[in-house]
Amino acid sequence: MSAYQFNGSAVAHDEEGYLVDIAEWSPDLALLIAKSENIEMAPEHWEVVNFLRSYYEEYQVAPAVRVLVKEMTKKYGKEKGDQKYLYSLFPYGPAKQACKIAGLPKPTGCV
Amino acid sequence: MAEGSTKKFLYINRKAPHGSIYALESLEVVLIGAAFEQDVSLAFLDDGVFQLAAGQDTSGIGSKNFSKTYRALGDYEVRKLYVERESLAERGLSEGDLMPITYEDEDDDYAEKPSIHLVDRAEMARLIRDADVVLSF
Repeated sequence: MSAYQFNGSAVAHDEEGYLVDIAEWSPDLALLIAKSENIEMAPEHWEVVNFLRSYYEEYQVAPAVRVLVKEMTKKYGKEKGDQKYLYSLFPYGPAKQACKIAGLPKPTGCV
Repeated sequence: MAEGSTKKFLYINRKAPHGSIYALESLEVVLIGAAFEQDVSLAFLDDGVFQLAAGQDTSGIGSKNFSKTYRALGDYEVRKLYVERESLAERGLSEGDLMPITYEDEDDDYAEKPSIHLVDRAEMARLIRDADVVLSF
């Protein structure tokens, strides 16, 4: 199994880069995963990543994109609850790529 | 989506949540299927009623406590969870033993409304008969 080299230790990930053990996540590890995805983490990225983590904490599931859009709209307004905006932050899919950086499993139903 | 292309999907859950993969698989299919904007209902009968029991704790068996995920169903526009009254009673359970599961009604100022409805056996039979597609887990 492949792994992220992080602080002198190996953190295992699956063949697509999702953490095997979500308990190993930390904000610093998120920066490293983001870098491997060619994403420079700005506050806007963190907002989405943190939102996903709190959604997962509450419901034990990573939300589908349209649920993410709906819930972001509720929390941060229309401008941020917007597919285009979210894709501009995470070009390979807000749910898929942001979940990876957030240390969460790939969203259910995402191929 | 045009009215004519919407079908009534009924997912029937009749097994206890942990110890086999059925409950989790059913839930995942429901979450995936929700993207197709069909008329979705879930039915819980026999040991399936345990899937909605409040206060589940899986830490002792080392498996994921996915019971919290039922509370996300409202976000996926899955709002009809039918629980068979007789199945509850036969297991010494009542409505108060189930998790509160709600959805926000956007046509009513986002009021929180209950998704769980208790139905008796005859009514459950009617729900199954009226469904276009029945998936049994």
